Amino acid sequence: MRGLPAAARDVADAVAAFRIWLMLAHTDVKQRYRRSVLGPFWITLSAVVSIIALALVYTQIFKVPTAEYLVFLTTGFIAWLYLSSLVMESCSVFIGAEGIIRQVNLPLGIHVFRMVWRNLIILAHNLVIVFLVLFYMGVGMSWATLLFFPAVILISLGAVALGYLLGGLCTRYRDIPPIVGSLVQVMFYVTPVIWPPKLLAGNEHLLTFNPFYYFLELLRAPLMGEAPAADVWIISITLVVAFALAATAFMGRYRWRVAYWI
Amino acid sequence: MGHILARDICVDFPIFTNSSRSMKNIVLRATTGGRIARNAANASCVRSLDHLSFEVRAGERIGLTGHNGSGKTTLLRTLCGVYAPTAGRLLVTGRVVSLLDINLGMDPDGTGYENIMMRGIVMGLTPRQVTARVDDIAGFTDLGEYLSMPIRTYSSGMQMRLAFAVSTSVDADVLLMDEWLSVGDAEFQEKAAQRLSAMLDRTPILVIATHSTELVSKTCTRVIQLEHGRILSDTTVDKPGVLPQ
Repeated sequence: MRGLPAAARDVADAVAAFRIWLMLAHTDVKQRYRRSVLGPFWITLSAVVSIIALALVYTQIFKVPTAEYLVFLTTGFIAWLYLSSLVMESCSVFIGAEGIIRQVNLPLGIHVFRMVWRNLIILAHNLVIVFLVLFYMGVGMSWATLLFFPAVILISLGAVALGYLLGGLCTRYRDIPPIVGSLVQVMFYVTPVIWPPKLLAGNEHLLTFNPFYYFLELLRAPLMGEAPAADVWIISITLVVAFALAATAFMGRYRWRVAYWI
Repeated sequence: MGHILARDICVDFPIFTNSSRSMKNIVLRATTGGRIARNAANASCVRSLDHLSFEVRAGERIGLTGHNGSGKTTLLRTLCGVYAPTAGRLLVTGRVVSLLDINLGMDPDGTGYENIMMRGIVMGLTPRQVTARVDDIAGFTDLGEYLSMPIRTYSSGMQMRLAFAVSTSVDADVLLMDEWLSVGDAEFQEKAAQRLSAMLDRTPILVIATHSTELVSKTCTRVIQLEHGRILSDTTVDKPGVLPQ
């Protein structure tokens, strides 16, 4: 079976096999932190340390009020952690599941869903910090905060498509994971994670072609109690649809080859 | 239920050298009009299965024999759907269960009970079905208290017992096995043989890759000998016995 039916079938079968990927994702999270006291909250703790260190230095560099900057940094940093791990872990979804792929005929999607679900669990841990900071800094919640949920869903759907696409490409071409790794690192500096976009003053076009910017805004704005701008929504949705189309085309053609490439 | 029909199936593995796997060479090739890194396109292939045709009906017990590298494991993986044939037509009907790797779906840091659940789910059971089988599985392994400890602390024989017990509690129409029964002490071997024959009684088709002539003569109704990915001989065994007791 090739083409669109092959790709659609894989996604449908993977969704139906939800028990497998839910279990594998939970095991992933547990496994990383077995025999440690804090468990998965180590992830959260390391984010807290980074945020405090960055906040101490950058409030001085940017000369911005601490409270305002702390809220900006925390929301952006946590959102960035989610986005960057989705992209980087997309590369290894199939390579890392070699044992399963070569032994049983399961939909490839379970490995993709496993990766996305694992990162959602980690995001949920990290959100604790966000809410503590927001509460402590007295940032009120508004109806716009609820937009965080559709934003996370949209980005997670995009991540599923990207996982299929990048996962497959990286299995075939083993040079891609390091390339993606370096790109993501560069994007951290050129995306307004730690620096407020208003500092660009007149050079906002530098953000126009940065996909990370739109996804970051989509997650950050609701957390700060604001609704993301309409163009942020439109471009994000367009990007997700583009990922989905590319992934469908790729998987339709090469789904059956992935086991051979591993 | 259970039927296998293979018509001229081939499986070719692309051999990616470092140069053909690398993006750099593809870019280089594109930008230099193919003069540099020309070899990147010639990813060579190894033909693991070469125009195999056979049919297996319910009730048959196939023994796959042949030297290392003759294509036994590849054929098993093709039958279970891991590799789609690069040419030819393969039709497998019924629920296929493959026991190829004993470590499938095992988490070394998980307890025995957690691993029973994990492997069971990866093999296609629902949590409820696994729970219903836990006592049977635990009883067979004889691991007792150890089942509450991480399987990292098990000996390889103990891990094997656990994996075997879970795998053999799944019902299948087509059972594919790579010979991996030669682990464990004599007592376990005997128990395993009994459990396996009980499982085989409810399994219409068995395909087992093996080097053991004893196993073949006692279990199989038909022997397919492979060499270089081709069928060297396909013979029906006259008097199939039962598994070694």
